Amino acid sequence: MLETRDILETINMIDNENLDVRTITMGISLLDCMDEDVDKASVKVYDKVCRYAQDLVKTGEDIEKEYGIPIINKRISVSPIGMIAAPCQSKNVVKFAKSLDKAAGELGVNFIGGYSALVQKGFSSGDYAVIDSIPEALDITERICSSVNIGSTKAGLNMDAVKMMGKVIKQTAERTADRDCIGAAKLVVFCNAPEDNPFMAGAFHGTGEADCVINVGVSGPGVVRAALAKNGKDKSIDEIADLIKRTAFKITRMGQLVAKEASRRLCVPFGIVDLSLAPTPAVGDSVAYILEEMGLETCGCHGTTAALALLNDAVKKGGVMASSHVGGLSGAFIPVSEDAGMIAAAKKGALDITKLESMTAVCSVGLDMIVVPGDISEEKISAIIADEAAIGMVNSKTTAVRLIPAIGKNAGDELSFGGLLGTGPVMPVRDGDPSEFINRCGRLPAPLQSLKN
Amino acid sequence: MNAIISVVGKDSVGILSKVSCACADSGVNIVEVNQSVLRDMFAMLMLVELNKDDVAIDELREKLAKVEKETNTKIHVMHEDIFNSMHRI
Repeated sequence: MLETRDILETINMIDNENLDVRTITMGISLLDCMDEDVDKASVKVYDKVCRYAQDLVKTGEDIEKEYGIPIINKRISVSPIGMIAAPCQSKNVVKFAKSLDKAAGELGVNFIGGYSALVQKGFSSGDYAVIDSIPEALDITERICSSVNIGSTKAGLNMDAVKMMGKVIKQTAERTADRDCIGAAKLVVFCNAPEDNPFMAGAFHGTGEADCVINVGVSGPGVVRAALAKNGKDKSIDEIADLIKRTAFKITRMGQLVAKEASRRLCVPFGIVDLSLAPTPAVGDSVAYILEEMGLETCGCHGTTAALALLNDAVKKGGVMASSHVGGLSGAFIPVSEDAGMIAAAKKGALDITKLESMTAVCSVGLDMIVVPGDISEEKISAIIADEAAIGMVNSKTTAVRLIPAIGKNAGDELSFGGLLGTGPVMPVRDGDPSEFINRCGRLPAPLQSLKN
Repeated sequence: MNAIISVVGKDSVGILSKVSCACADSGVNIVEVNQSVLRDMFAMLMLVELNKDDVAIDELREKLAKVEKETNTKIHVMHEDIFNSMHRI
């Protein structure tokens, strides 16, 4: 029989340390739903999503009950709508968003991702239409998540798209200002976007993927923090890294088990396990607290980037061995409004946007869920995107920007999104006007891949 | 499928009996029991066999939830595979 200690450890992880499977995400290709007529195409999209995902929520709930593991979200990602909208003669592509939102509502999933455009090198007509319609789509729907990939290490940065996204983010926040600007919380701008990411808001179903696939995102910052609190005292950095690896291994094994089981029951191929530490606003389930447990007085002080680099690397090393296929974003997330420790650090001024930017150079995502003053200019948002994308482009990693301009609010105020999206204090941005640089437009050339210094 | 029932809490009369009765009522076969009382803390692990056609895990959970209240303990029912995958390579 299994050892008592091991069994109690697992139960304790679930009961007291917020261990859960964060999401089972079904990726569905919509490439066969293209049509010149936008109405026909959106009906095809609705039908296909409903047909493929009809058992997704029930299967997730069954596994949750049978195995006794909390599975928090069941979600869907679809092919980038920018691509599906390309042949449509009418550019009223917001119809796709309505269809997807309706399907998601009927299926009982809380988010559906893929209202996206991949424009790292340039735009197709569908991409233009989708980007243009993002503010409206996120305003009139509840469950749609949108993402735009504006750069990659191979293609460089599409500065036209960078400029556009500054405007789109501001408009989205303005249109949803009465709901704490929630629209902007469902919009991510990527550099090097992964095609198999199960986490929202950046999930979409890449073109190289199978027709339908199951990806699973695990979580467990609380478990890592508790392991460090229990066993990490007076340990050297090497020993801390080992401890994190062992914990990440266990968390990921659970994700792998759920992913395999979901894939078997739904008769859909298993894609990947995304072994990310995704915090929630629940106390204790915080990446910032892990960093503080390592010995930092507060997240954001000098040493934070090094501690985060150690955490991110150890999570990957531990997780990779536990799963047959690892993908997505895999690493540590640092979404400010979703992490109790980050919120506290930001409120007391220990964590600012520049420190967060340097942290993103070593972790798995980017400037995530950061609330900025509502009077920020579109160009400044674009410039923040450009900075962050440049880090991703040069370092061959994914970076993302999810900024929420708090319309009508300033530093010291806060926005409350509720649920997993949390509460974010408005964080000041740097002075100085980058407008001339942003308004130049064009393409920022791809970086050299040798002579690396 | 095999499941692990864990019972942890303050020791009192009849915990084992009540848990086993709930199992028997649900048609669940107890394969192995491991129990210890440290000071007055009671910890018991049971490996049980659930025949999926006869018994729903929901039903067993409901019955055990009642026992949990009666005995003031914490009871979990989880699939054995979770522990195997997390703690065995």
